[in-house]
Amino acid sequence: MDVTRLIIVAVGGQGNLLASKVLGEAARREGVSVRMSEIHGMAQRGGVVESALIFGPAESTVISDGEADILVSFEPLEALRALKKCNAKTVVITNTKPLPPFTAAIGKGVYPEIETIRSHIEANAARLIDLDATALASQAGNVLSVNMVLLGALAATGLLPLSEDSIKAAIGETTRHEFLETNLKAFDLGRQAV
Amino acid sequence: MHKLLQDKPGEKLFLLGNEAIARGAVEAGLAFASTYPGTPSSEISFALFQMSRESDLYFEYSTNEKVALEVAAAAANSGLRSMCIMKHVGVNVAADALMTLAYVGVKGGLVIISADDPYMFSSQNEQDNRYYGKLSGLPILEPSTIDEARQIIGYAFDVSEKLRLPVIVRTTTRINHSTGQVAFGSMIPPKTAGHFEKDPFNLVTVPAVSRSLHVKLLEKIKRAEALACESEYNFIEGSGPFGVIANGVSFNYVKDAIRDLEAENRFRVLRVGFSHPMPADLVRKFLSGCEKVLIVEEGEPYMEEAVKAVAQEAGFVNPIRGKADELFARLFEFDPAMVREKIAAYFGIPYDSPAKTDLTDIPELPQRPPNLCPGCSHRAVFYEVNKVTADMETIKPTDIGCYTLGFLPPLSSGDFLICMGSSTGTSGGFSKATNKKVISYIGDSTFFHSGIPGLINAVFNNHDMTLVILDNRTTAMTGHQPHPGVDMAAYGMTGFNQISIESVVRGIGVGHVSVIKPYNVKKSMAVLKEAIEYKGVSVVIAQQDCALQIKGTKKAAGRAFTVSDRCKNHRTCINELACPAFYMEKGRVKIDAALCTGCAVCAQVCPENAIVPLPRNG
Repeated sequence: MDVTRLIIVAVGGQGNLLASKVLGEAARREGVSVRMSEIHGMAQRGGVVESALIFGPAESTVISDGEADILVSFEPLEALRALKKCNAKTVVITNTKPLPPFTAAIGKGVYPEIETIRSHIEANAARLIDLDATALASQAGNVLSVNMVLLGALAATGLLPLSEDSIKAAIGETTRHEFLETNLKAFDLGRQAV
Repeated sequence: MHKLLQDKPGEKLFLLGNEAIARGAVEAGLAFASTYPGTPSSEISFALFQMSRESDLYFEYSTNEKVALEVAAAAANSGLRSMCIMKHVGVNVAADALMTLAYVGVKGGLVIISADDPYMFSSQNEQDNRYYGKLSGLPILEPSTIDEARQIIGYAFDVSEKLRLPVIVRTTTRINHSTGQVAFGSMIPPKTAGHFEKDPFNLVTVPAVSRSLHVKLLEKIKRAEALACESEYNFIEGSGPFGVIANGVSFNYVKDAIRDLEAENRFRVLRVGFSHPMPADLVRKFLSGCEKVLIVEEGEPYMEEAVKAVAQEAGFVNPIRGKADELFARLFEFDPAMVREKIAAYFGIPYDSPAKTDLTDIPELPQRPPNLCPGCSHRAVFYEVNKVTADMETIKPTDIGCYTLGFLPPLSSGDFLICMGSSTGTSGGFSKATNKKVISYIGDSTFFHSGIPGLINAVFNNHDMTLVILDNRTTAMTGHQPHPGVDMAAYGMTGFNQISIESVVRGIGVGHVSVIKPYNVKKSMAVLKEAIEYKGVSVVIAQQDCALQIKGTKKAAGRAFTVSDRCKNHRTCINELACPAFYMEKGRVKIDAALCTGCAVCAQVCPENAIVPLPRNG
């Protein structure tokens, strides 16, 4: 089995740590070896939160620049910022709904146009899958289920050594029961968007 | 039952490194634990705190790391297996206790966790605490993987009891905050009733006693070196002419690199997991037969120095390299590609590093620095002090906590910071060394941790300063741990007392003490003005629950606010207060109702009174 390296980036509070947890649980169910690393600490203070997940026969828990096979971003600007993790073979999945950082609001830097973001990713990665995960999450009934929408999109690519069923089962295992139906709906909407 | 308390040997779980460490301690029969929270160690103590509520484990959040270590030292000298958890810089705070505890030793095992933070993800420095092993004489153990982090704790207790010395387990952020598969081991039931045997001629460190204890410590270090040489945590893998010595997570990068370079038959790797004392005999054995040796370690050239000393004595003359301009840096953390490239280059293994993506044409992106939360009362205090001192020349020392983030513009509330508690001490120094008005900031938990001695010093030496204590009733930055000023009964926890910051400050004899509710802007500014005008030491205690902690509870402020038509676009709110709930839309300031906590501070700041609560149900 080959090594698959996945980077997930998000803004603190968007729920990417839960997304990693779901994938870890799915891997456990399938007996797939996986290691992850996360940077916590200031996660709830509006900074960038990055998780690295490495599936297959490797010991490292971090992913070097240029070595991600898949990048999933919960926010378009952060997808562009994380492009240094990618190479010409990387598949990038991003939410298109911007969460402008506060610095842009007070005039320190300009939030790039979505089209600019798109073209830079397309120029540097193998494939860009972009979707308004926030809108799809709302459609599923909970705007906070952006993470489930993106997991659905990720599952649809078939790039992870994990089946859709085990990811769904892992969602059932790791998320709160009262949100299960919405979460699975969000997952399906994400899957269908690819 | 807590997932880490399950007595199910062989059970496989995905655990955070810190959870694995906590599990390892419980498997080893941990009876007693103390800590002061600090990233990246905090989840270890949180897990132990949770488990202590449903088991015989005694756990406490102590006021600082020195106290935590003293508490644990007493427990271990009463025969209990004890653990003391802190981040790397916490060991500096505990160092006074640590250095002489090494002389006194322990009866029950004592494991000290030092969570180092290469790259300083959440720390003020990236010191390499392996040198504490050398400095104190204590054994140091370092895991490479999550499951090893669990296993090594039990081993650490065994070594500690064998040598009757505390053992330091040194981790790095990539162990603490990585997740991997852990297989549970069996659990040793803890011995929870301590017994202290009086032995003053070995336990009271007057000079005559310490002289004989130092002799004993040196003997223990010798025995520790013998243990390190035979330790299962120091092992050699593979065979070949090229030698690599690695520790911690660097060992993983080395293994991946050798595999990626398809050079498995050319390398032998010495993994050092018991790194103080360095296993000299094993190193000597490893070196013989190596054509070239590379030492892969984050941080300082700790192993490199030791290996080169061993090589010199053994007459080994082949090259040994590690830290060098063209090889490994003493800075920051390593990563797999970097280690792969350095190994290929040093050993002359052909390797084409994959083409890097050319990102030079990407425009400069707006940064997303961490920020004080929407509704954070620290922001209100900074704004109020800035207003009051607008026409004054000031120096504003700050301290360690969420409020450190206030140093960023536009609040710009922080001019100097070196360590926990430094606001109070440095304020006094600035007030004597300059003629500027000194106003400093410290959080409630940090005040108890190490701010009090500096405040006493300022009163005694008659410094001229205003200390603003940002009392948000929790240790917020590290994840809302309690501290001595917290009302534990409010969390349904009995058996605690609460210490009033105001009583402490008054007891110290501070000349001018006042309390503000920072959401009330005008009133707070009036009180701050008076305190700042006071000649001598004044203290203002700003009391408001952490907005993040009370989010979604009954204590939360209430309705979100919105910008009404009265707005004339002064932008005072966004330019001077800079709450992240604001955003710009078509040149107008808006408020994100989902982020707004309803603290109403911006409404008081607006010169047009244009910021109003959203209608109910609206």
